[in-house]
Amino acid sequence: MSKEPVAVVGIGQTKHVAARRDVSIAGLVREAAGRALEDAELTWADIDAVVIGKAPDFFEGVMMPELYLADALGAVGKPMLRVHTAGSVGGSTALVAANLVAARVHGTVLTLAFEKQSESNAMWGLSLPIPFQQPLLAGAGGFFAPHVRAYMRRTGAPDTVGALVAYKDRRNALKNPYAHLHEHDITLEKVQASPMLWDPIRYSETCPSSDGACAMVLTDRRGAARSPRPPAWMHGGAMRSEPTLFAGKDFVSPQAGKDCAADVYRQAGITDPRREIDAVEMYVPFSWYEPMWLENLGFAEEGEGWKLTESGVTELDGDLPVNMSGGVLSTNPIGASGMIRFAEAALQVRGQAGEHQVDGARRALGHAYGGGSQFFSMWLVSAEPPTT
Amino acid sequence: MTREIAVVAFAQTDTLRTTEEQSEVEMLMPVLHDVLQQTGLKTADIGFTCSGSSDYLAGRAFSFTMALDGVGAWPPISESHVEMDGAWALYEAWTKLLTGDADTALVYAYGKSSPGSVRDVLTRQLDPYYVAPLWPDSVALAALQAQALIDAGHTDEPELAAVASRSRADALSNSRAQLSGSVPHGDYVVRPLHRGDCAPIGDGAAAVVLAAGERARELCERPAWIRGIDHRIEAHSLGVRDLTDAPSARLAAEKAGAFEHPVDTAELHAPFTSQEVVLRKALRLDDSVRVNPSGGALAANPIMAAGLIRIGEAAARIHRGESDRALAHATSGPCLQQNLVAVLEGDPR
Repeated sequence: MSKEPVAVVGIGQTKHVAARRDVSIAGLVREAAGRALEDAELTWADIDAVVIGKAPDFFEGVMMPELYLADALGAVGKPMLRVHTAGSVGGSTALVAANLVAARVHGTVLTLAFEKQSESNAMWGLSLPIPFQQPLLAGAGGFFAPHVRAYMRRTGAPDTVGALVAYKDRRNALKNPYAHLHEHDITLEKVQASPMLWDPIRYSETCPSSDGACAMVLTDRRGAARSPRPPAWMHGGAMRSEPTLFAGKDFVSPQAGKDCAADVYRQAGITDPRREIDAVEMYVPFSWYEPMWLENLGFAEEGEGWKLTESGVTELDGDLPVNMSGGVLSTNPIGASGMIRFAEAALQVRGQAGEHQVDGARRALGHAYGGGSQFFSMWLVSAEPPTT
Repeated sequence: MTREIAVVAFAQTDTLRTTEEQSEVEMLMPVLHDVLQQTGLKTADIGFTCSGSSDYLAGRAFSFTMALDGVGAWPPISESHVEMDGAWALYEAWTKLLTGDADTALVYAYGKSSPGSVRDVLTRQLDPYYVAPLWPDSVALAALQAQALIDAGHTDEPELAAVASRSRADALSNSRAQLSGSVPHGDYVVRPLHRGDCAPIGDGAAAVVLAAGERARELCERPAWIRGIDHRIEAHSLGVRDLTDAPSARLAAEKAGAFEHPVDTAELHAPFTSQEVVLRKALRLDDSVRVNPSGGALAANPIMAAGLIRIGEAAARIHRGESDRALAHATSGPCLQQNLVAVLEGDPR
C-alpha cells in the first residue's frame, strides 16, 4: 500500500513588509491564497480542505484565529486544521497538508501560513517571564547568540563569516519581488558596521519583523496532471522534536535536525546531499545559522560549514546556492517563514523563481526550525514525480 | 486507503476547578505514563506524537514546548502540535498512520482554565475587528443560541434542566468528573441559561494511543476501530448562521459514516445543555442512543482536552465491551462553529 504522490501546483505570497496597514488579517491571508489558486488555475470550489499555520496567537492578539478566518479562506463546510509548532510551523503546516493528500483523505488541499507582526511586538511577546524557566532575554536573539558563540569557538570560524551570509542574503532579496527588505545600497562594509545587538550578532545579521502570508495548493497525481504549470513533487518530508533544555543537548547542531534531515534523505533516496541537492532554502534568522545548518543538514562535515559560506559556495551562482530568495534574513513573518522556505524550494524546481532562479535546479530542500532549536520540519521537492 | 486504525488506550486526569500547585507538565505526566503502561509501549516505541493545547489558556507563547518534557522526547521524536482541541490532534495522527509512516501514535491534550477568566479569554477567539472589541463572553453567546432554540420551539428550560441533571447523575460512575450527583440548577447566569446549564470550569489533561492493523490487536484486547472521522467548520459570524442547527456537525457525521448504521452510544462535546439539543438533532440521535454516559462536558470540561476525552470515553466503552458502535464528537469556536465526528466500532463479540 503506497502513499499517493504529492504535487505542489500553486504558490502564492504577499509582498512582505513591516506593516500591512491596508488589510485586515483576513485580507492578508486571502491575498496569498488567491495568488496560489491563480497560479494553479483553480477556484475555491476545487479545494477539499484548508490547513493553516502560524506562530503564537499572541503575535496578533487573536486566539485560534482560524475560526475567524474560515470565511476568508473559503473553508466554510470544509475541514480546517490549525497547526502550531513554533518557528517550524510553516513547514509543519505544509507537511500536515501533504499527509492529507498522501493518505488519500483529500485530493486537493490549500495550505497557508501567516503572521501579521505589526499587530504586536514579537521580541517582547517572546520575552514574558515564566516562573522556573530560563528567560528568553529580549527575544530570540538573546537566546541564540550564545549558541553562535559556541559554534565559533568549536569550529574556529573567523568572525567575518556572519556578515558574508547577511550580505549575500540581502543581495539575493533584491532579486525577489516579494522579499521584505530591499536594501539597494547594501555593502559588506555596511553590514560589518551595523550596531551590535546580541554579540556576535549585528543588526544587519538579524531577521526583520514582517507582515506576510504564503500559500500553496497541494494535490494528488490526478490534480497534477491537470496543472497548467510544471508541478514540484514531494520526495520526502519529516518533522523531529527534542526538548528545549536538557543535560547534553547540543544547541549548535541538534540531534533532532540531523535525524530529520536523515529521514528526508532516506525517503528521497539521497545519499550525498551536497552533490545531489541543487538548492537549499533554510531557516536562517541570524546570519551564523547558515554555516551551522550546513553542517547539521549534512552539506558539510562538522566544523567545515563556514568554509562553504566563506568560499562562495552558497552564493546564488555558487555550487550549492542557499536562500536564493533572500531567506529569513530578508523576510520574516514568523509563522509563514517556514512555509516560504518550502514554497521557494518548490518554485526553484518548477523553474518559476524568476530573477533568483538557480539554473537547472531539479532537487531542492526546504527547511524550518523553531523553539529552542528543537522543532524541525523539512521537505525535499523535485521536478520529477517520485518513481515509487 | 484501507488501513484500519484504532484507539487502543485512553487515560485522563481528574478534572479539577484549580490545579494551582501543578504545571501543565506535572498535570500531563501521569496520563502519559498511564496510556503507555496500558499498552506496554515506551516513548521510543511510538511512531508519531501529536498534541493539542492553547497558548491563550496558558497565558504564554509556545506553551506546548514545555509539555514536550512530559513526553521525554529524547532521542528526538516525530512530533506535531495543533492549536486546537486534542480531538484534532488525534485526526492529524490518524492521517499520519493512514500514510503508513507510523504504526502507533500518542495523542495528548491539556488545558488549565483556572488561572484566568475563561469566559473573557474565549472572547479573544472572535472576529478581532467587529466582535471581539465588544467582549461578548462564551456564556452570553451560548445563551443567544439557547434562546433561539426556545423561540423555535425545539426545547424549553425544564428540558434543558433535565439534560443537566441526567448528565450529572451519569457522572456518578465517572470518578474523573468534576460535577456529579445532585447539583442545584442555580440562578440564571445569562438568561435563559442557569448555572446548571453550563459546563463547570476546570483543568485537566487526557491521552490516547492509536495503533494500526495487527499492532492494534496486539496492544488491546478489543480495539476501538475508527471507522470514520471527519471535521467541518462553519462561517464565523453568528449573524449568518442558524444557531438552532449544526450543519457542520451533520456533514462531518455523514462523511464519517455515522448514518450508515445506528450507533448505540454517543459522547457529545456539549458544554451547554442547549448544545446537546442542537447536536442530538443534527446527528440524528434518538432516545435509543445512550448519550454521554460519562456525564459529558457538563460534568467535566477541561478546554482543549474535552473533545479528545469524548473520543477516549467512547473508545473505553468499546474496550470494556459496553458499546459496539459509538459516535464521538468534539467542538470548537462559538456556538458549535467547528465540529468533529468519529465513529468507533469494536470487533463482533
